[in-house]
Amino acid sequence: MADIRVVEGSEAVALAVKACRPHVIAAYPISPQTHIVETLARMVADGDLNAEYVRVESEFSAASVVSGASTAGSRSYTASASQGLLLMTEVLYASAGMRLPFVITGVNRSISAPINIQVDHQDTISLRDSGVIQLYVESAQEAYDMHLAAFKIAEDPSIMLPVMVCMDGWVLTHSYERVEFLDQEAVDRFLPPFKPENYLDTANPKTWGSYAEEDVLMEFKYSIHKAMTEGKSCIRKIMAELTALTGRDYGGLVEAYRTGDAEVVLVAMGSMAGTIKDAVDDMRREGKKVGLIRIRCYRPFPYEDLVAAVRGAKVVAVLDANVSMGSEGAVGLDVKSKLIGRPGVPMVIDFIAGLGGREVNSTAVREIVDRAERLSSSGLPPPEAEWLDLNPAIVP
Amino acid sequence: MKISSGAVVEGGTSLNYKTGNWRDQRPEIDPESCKQCGICQEVCPDDAVRQVRDRYEIDYNFCKGCGICAYECTAEAIRMKNEEK
Amino acid sequence: MPKKPTGKTESLFVSGHRACHGCGLALAVRHILEATGSNVIVVSPTGCLETFSSPYGFSPWRVPWIHHVFENAPAIASGVAAALRAQHRESTRVVAIGGDGATFDIGFGSLSGMLERGDDVLYICADNGAYMNTGGQRSGATPFCAATTTHPAGKTSLGKTERKKDLPEIVAAHGVPYVATASVAYLGDLKQKVKKAMTLHGPRYIQIDTPCPSVWNFPSHLTLEMGRLGVNSGLVPLFEMLDGKISKVKKLRVKVPVIEYLKQQKRFQHLVVKEASRGSLMAVQEQADRNIEKYKLMA
Repeated sequence: MADIRVVEGSEAVALAVKACRPHVIAAYPISPQTHIVETLARMVADGDLNAEYVRVESEFSAASVVSGASTAGSRSYTASASQGLLLMTEVLYASAGMRLPFVITGVNRSISAPINIQVDHQDTISLRDSGVIQLYVESAQEAYDMHLAAFKIAEDPSIMLPVMVCMDGWVLTHSYERVEFLDQEAVDRFLPPFKPENYLDTANPKTWGSYAEEDVLMEFKYSIHKAMTEGKSCIRKIMAELTALTGRDYGGLVEAYRTGDAEVVLVAMGSMAGTIKDAVDDMRREGKKVGLIRIRCYRPFPYEDLVAAVRGAKVVAVLDANVSMGSEGAVGLDVKSKLIGRPGVPMVIDFIAGLGGREVNSTAVREIVDRAERLSSSGLPPPEAEWLDLNPAIVP
Repeated sequence: MKISSGAVVEGGTSLNYKTGNWRDQRPEIDPESCKQCGICQEVCPDDAVRQVRDRYEIDYNFCKGCGICAYECTAEAIRMKNEEK
Repeated sequence: MPKKPTGKTESLFVSGHRACHGCGLALAVRHILEATGSNVIVVSPTGCLETFSSPYGFSPWRVPWIHHVFENAPAIASGVAAALRAQHRESTRVVAIGGDGATFDIGFGSLSGMLERGDDVLYICADNGAYMNTGGQRSGATPFCAATTTHPAGKTSLGKTERKKDLPEIVAAHGVPYVATASVAYLGDLKQKVKKAMTLHGPRYIQIDTPCPSVWNFPSHLTLEMGRLGVNSGLVPLFEMLDGKISKVKKLRVKVPVIEYLKQQKRFQHLVVKEASRGSLMAVQEQADRNIEKYKLMA
């Protein structure tokens, strides 16, 4: 009998982490991440989870504790959001460079200032260059499943990088959803114990965190890049295993939803994909050929999947819940960079959408599709990123 | 040789990096005056004094010529001499 | 006092590191490891020690060693200690060795967290009183009146206007079992303190005075001499604290006037040569006298 329950998204994540049998968990509170580490704390307090639970004094130390534990050969986990993720930034770059395979939940929340605790992707997007693999999820179920995959991806000898599972704050962490859980035996079969080739071992003393000069620095950086780009096949393989294990389709680094014959392809990440899928269904009923590509694995960037999925489309509209100030949204820039110069590619239009929890509802999605269609048939070059639902009247 | 994953390095490999050519002053132990007390070895920041049976010898592969051993030697058995290039 | 050859075993911090001539810190590290033995994992923050001991491919460390970033050595150490507990490898101990910039300043929050949590880590601060790895900038550990590159002596300046942060007292206030100060000038005392710390559990702290010939600017053969003068002037009191109470001090046989210590270092030259600095010189002497009184340093 499958174990199916309605749980809060944070609890689903905590149950996934527990099933992965981590040795060390580091915890520091920040909304809307806190329910995850609180749930894990209760499991430890009740003796249901046998892990060292380190209550640190900052997110900087949370990332550092899991880095130290990982170097010492322990499977390790932490979670954070927003400002906390930015505070971890330096540590995460170094941990990717040192090839430390811990898992971190990046609960998506806006970045100050002004301070705001609602969802957007500015926090995790700001870490996209760090060497940390990023998976974005749409539902509590996917959050559960992706945490299982995250440890397996991180610890694969060909990868050995931190993995961040990015999930929208409140919308996913605090909503209750039906989630199907695997039994412990199945998880243990999927994810064997962590046995790294190198770890801090007095019987075999090694030096970690060396100083590299210009003669090898580029090669070290390239080796991280290579682990990511070549790691895509490993991630696909693990996703296929997860699909077989769960019966839920995680084939591919992107989810292509009704894109087969689509003329307008929307691109998005995270929970807003749920709304977009409903809007796509409505428009399809009206005869509009619309589809959605939801990017699940954002780093490494799955350009092969993307290029295949937009083939035949007239226009691609990207919904970016982030912005690179003075430029455009990060996902839009990625999509454009991978399509430019290819024959017969569609126009790509970037929409900055949903910052600080601004609602992206089905009306907004329809508006995006309408504007994208109009712009692509206007004969004009693609405009700069449009800020969706902006009220220019109040901007000084 | 391929670079290692994460720049992890074997311990003790700095022995392949000789710092002796940093030296402009050379400590020399006078075996007649040496009392074999071992202070020179204790105080060397570069671990460049070796005990060979009952004697102490400077390892010129690594000695940087800081002169601490000569200054600290209670028997005044170590003299600093200009290094000849 | 001459003694018999020690017949000591192979060093755990070997030759070929790239520390400056006469580096007090490099000397301290070898002796720290002699005292801890080989069943330790060492964590270091960014700094001189990290730079001179970790050029890729050339490591002097014969114990497992990890450097991560500048301000997180205590948290890395906590993580390593947690992993060792989880793996039932607690017989392996965790030692952090960092400079004063990492310890007093940028890593202070991380250090305080580690101390408050009670993690089983021996944290050793090699204190040379400034950011030497970047050329000698002022830190919270820089002594009163010392000139640094970011607080130089000049026509209107006599160097650092603030006193050195009293970190041993601050660490002790966390309620840790062991706090000590040591000096590379007294290697036997240093090793004894490290050994003592290794017999205890929980967070422990040792602050070692490691004179820096390059930035204090004295001839490299005087590293230990400078350490002795610091101790014997009273400016660098050596003591042990068990459970927050002073349990032992190194008594001074002869009190050395601070001028004898200051005059040999370029960072204090302005106190020696400037008439206008007489008041500051007296203030430094008063500070040494206060230490002598506070720690009852005179035999």
